[in-house]
Amino acid sequence: MKRLLSGNEAFARGSWEAGVTVASGYPGTPSTEITETFAKFPGVYAEWAPNEKVALDTAIGAAYAGQRAFCTMKHVGLNVAADALFAAAMTGVEGGLVIVSADDPGMHSSQNEQDNRQYARFARIPCLDPADSQEAHDFALVAYNISEQFDTPVLFRMTTRVCHTTSPVEVNEQRLQPRPTIKFPRNPPKYVMMPANARKRHVIIETRIQELAQFAEAFSGNQVEMRSRELGIITGGIAYQYAREVFPDASVLKLGMVYPLPVKLIRRFAEQVEKLIVLEELDPFIEDQVRLMGIELYKPLDAAISYPNTKTIFPVTGELNPAIVRLSAEKANLLPPASQKASMSQTALDLPARPPVLCPGCPHRGTFYVLHKLGLPINGDIGCYTLGITPPLNAIDTCGCMGEGIGVAHGAAIAGDQERHIAVIGDSTFFHTGIPALMNVAYNKSNVITIIMDNRVTGMTGHQENPGTGRTLQQKETTEVNIEQLVRALGIEKVRTVEAYDVDTIEKTLKEWLKTEEPAVLITQEECALLPSARQRWMPLAVTDKCNGCTVCFRIGCPAILKSDELDPKYNRPLAKIDPLLCTGCEICAQVCPRDAILFRNQIKPIAQEPVFSE
Amino acid sequence: MMNFPLINPLKQPVNILLVGVGGQGTILASNILAELGLRLGLDVKQAEIHGMSQRGGSVVSHLRWGEKVFSPIIPPGEADILLAFEKLEAARFSDHLRPGGIALINDHSINPMTVSAGLVEYPDHAQIQGILNHVTGHIYWINGLKIAEELGNTRTANVVLLGALSSLMTIDPTDWATVIQARLSAKVIEINLKAFQTGRQALRN
Repeated sequence: MKRLLSGNEAFARGSWEAGVTVASGYPGTPSTEITETFAKFPGVYAEWAPNEKVALDTAIGAAYAGQRAFCTMKHVGLNVAADALFAAAMTGVEGGLVIVSADDPGMHSSQNEQDNRQYARFARIPCLDPADSQEAHDFALVAYNISEQFDTPVLFRMTTRVCHTTSPVEVNEQRLQPRPTIKFPRNPPKYVMMPANARKRHVIIETRIQELAQFAEAFSGNQVEMRSRELGIITGGIAYQYAREVFPDASVLKLGMVYPLPVKLIRRFAEQVEKLIVLEELDPFIEDQVRLMGIELYKPLDAAISYPNTKTIFPVTGELNPAIVRLSAEKANLLPPASQKASMSQTALDLPARPPVLCPGCPHRGTFYVLHKLGLPINGDIGCYTLGITPPLNAIDTCGCMGEGIGVAHGAAIAGDQERHIAVIGDSTFFHTGIPALMNVAYNKSNVITIIMDNRVTGMTGHQENPGTGRTLQQKETTEVNIEQLVRALGIEKVRTVEAYDVDTIEKTLKEWLKTEEPAVLITQEECALLPSARQRWMPLAVTDKCNGCTVCFRIGCPAILKSDELDPKYNRPLAKIDPLLCTGCEICAQVCPRDAILFRNQIKPIAQEPVFSE
Repeated sequence: MMNFPLINPLKQPVNILLVGVGGQGTILASNILAELGLRLGLDVKQAEIHGMSQRGGSVVSHLRWGEKVFSPIIPPGEADILLAFEKLEAARFSDHLRPGGIALINDHSINPMTVSAGLVEYPDHAQIQGILNHVTGHIYWINGLKIAEELGNTRTANVVLLGALSSLMTIDPTDWATVIQARLSAKVIEINLKAFQTGRQALRN
C-alpha cells in the first residue's frame, strides 16, 4: 500500500530498509527530518553531532567498521564536512556510506544556494539526485549497494522541493538484514592517508570514477522516455518534474545519477532528437559536461554562450518553477509565446510584508534591545538570533556562516578597528564552530565581547537536542555541557551567566565591561519560549491606563505589542496594547516601560491560557 | 449561494494553495487534504516552505491532486482554490489563483510586525476584496475563528475551514471524516468533526 511521505521521510525509510544501523547529522533546513525520522525506527542508532564534520567522521567510522551508515546536513554543512568528505573519497569504505546534502535553491532558509552536485565531481564520488519521494526511497536502497560495490561514499543530493514535498510512496515492509560486525580493518595502505599511500589511492579513485561512468550507462535511475523527437530534454532531480509539466510531449533523458554521466546513453539520446536542451536548477552542471562531450545543444539564435556562466536558456540563479521554465522556453523560441494570462502579474501589490521575526517571548529580544541602544558593531551568527537584524532592533551588522561571528569580531579588533566589537552566537552554534573561535580570542588576546544566547535547544530548525540539553536525539539522558565552565577552560576570565529576560543586568554588565579591555563572555540563559515546558508558563500581560503612548515598548519589536486605536489625550499618540493570544509574559516590555504602565506577572491574576491553533 | 458546479477531483486535476500565518494550523489542514487525495486514489503532491521564524511568518502550502502530478509547486495563476487562513495573506497570494478560481477566506486578520510597529497600514476589507475581485468573482468569506470559539475550541478553526471547503466539492463527507479522524489525536476528534460539520454548513446558509 502506498503511503504519503516527504522526501526526507522517504530517504530515512529507504535507508532503514537497506539495513542502515548508524546515522549522524547536524540539523539544518531542509535536511533535519531525515535523521529525526530515522531515529524512531527500531534497531538503529541515530545522533545529532555538534557539527557536520563530526557527524561525517562518525558515519565514516561506522562504515569502516562494516556497518551501513548515512550522514545528513544542509548544503552549507557540507562545506564544514568537506575535509572528511575528501578523506573518505580517498579511502573508500567497508559498509555502504551515503552522505545527504539537502540543497536550498531559492534560499528559503539559507545564506547561499550553492549547488552541491559540484562536490561529487570535486571529490570523484557518485551523486544521486532524486526527483520525488518515491525516488528518495528507491535510490536510498540502491545507494548503499553502489557504495559497497565501488568502494566509495555516495553523495545523495536533495533539494528543498524534494525534501519537503509529500507524495505517495510504495515501501517495502521487510528490512534487509544489517551487515554482520567485522573485525575493524587493519589496512594502512587503504585507510592511512599519509602521502605514500595517498598517491596510490588517488590513482585508484580516478579509475573508480571511470568504472562508475560505465555503471551509469545501465543504471536503472537513468531513463530515456521517448515521446516527440522534435525536442529532447536532459534533466535530473526536481527539474524533471518541471520538464514534464511544461513540455508534456518532449522526449526526456532523466538522470537519477548526475555524476558521473553516462556518455553513450547521452550520445544515443542526442542522436534521436532534433533539438537537445538541458533543464537543471542552478549551475550548468550537466550542461557543461554534455558540452565537454562535444555534443551540440540547442541555443536560441541570439544567444552567445557566455563564459563563465554557460547556461543559455534557463536561469543560473534561484529556484525553478513551471512558470519560470515556461517563460525561459518562450524566450528561447522553444514554446510559442503564451496568451495574456501569464503576463497578468498583480497590479503592483503594495501590501505590508510579513517577514520572519523573533517570536513573542523570545529570550533573545532583551539582549538585542540593549545592543541596539549601545550602537556597537555586532557580528552575528546563523540561528534564530540572526533575526536580531529585523527592525526596530536592527542589531546585527555581519552574518555569513555558522561560527563566524566571534572570528570576524576578533579579526576586526586586531586590525585596530576603533569600536569595541560584539559577537553574538547561540548555544548550538557555539558548540558547532564557536568554541575554536573563542579559544582564539582568549589565546591571542583580543577585546571581543562574546554573547552566548543559550536558549537550551537548537531553536530555528525546530527544537533539536544538542550537547547542552542533557538529552540525546533518541531521548537518552546524557552529560550536559556547562557553557560557563567550558568558556573559563578556554582561558576567558571575565564570564557571567545571566537570565536572558533580565534586561537591566544585561545592560549594566555590558556597560561595565566596555570600560575594560579584556575579552569577556556573557551567557544569556533562558529556554526557548516555544518549548513545551516554557509554554506552560505563558501568561499574557496587560497595559494599564498609566500608558501615555511614549512608544518605548514598541522598540523591543515584540509582535504581541500593538498600537491601539485609543489615543493619549495629552499627546495624541496611540496607546500600547497587548495581544493576549500572542503574549507569553516574558516581561521585557514591562521592564523597559518608563511609566510602569505594563503589569508584571505577579501583578496579574493568572488565567488559563492555551495557544489559539496548533500545528 | 454557489454559482458554479461543485469541483469533482476524480474528473479534473485540482490545485489548492493554502496560505496563512505560522501557528494557524495551515500545514495540518494541508496534510489532511493530502491524505484525502490518497484515499480517493489520486496522485498527490503537497509542498511547503518551513524554517526561519517559527511563529508569525507567512506560511504557504501547495496541494495538488490529479491522475499524475509532476511539479510540486502551483505556478502563479494556476490555483483552482485559494484557501486563506488570514486576509492579508489572501491578498498577497491572489495572483496564484486562476482567473475565475475560488477564494475561500477566513475573515480574520493578524497584524504583521510592519503594521503593529506602525510602519504601514493593514489594508481594509474593501481593499482586500478589491484585490481578489481583480482575479475572480468567486470569493467566499467565513469567520472560522468565531465559529471555532462558539464550538468551544479556537484551535479547530482550521478544520472549520476544511468543512467550508468540502461544501465546494463532490467528495463524500465520510471520506473527509475518515482522514480527519486518522490524522488527529483521539481526545480532539469529536470536536473537530463538529467543527467540520459546522464549517460545511456555513457556506450554505
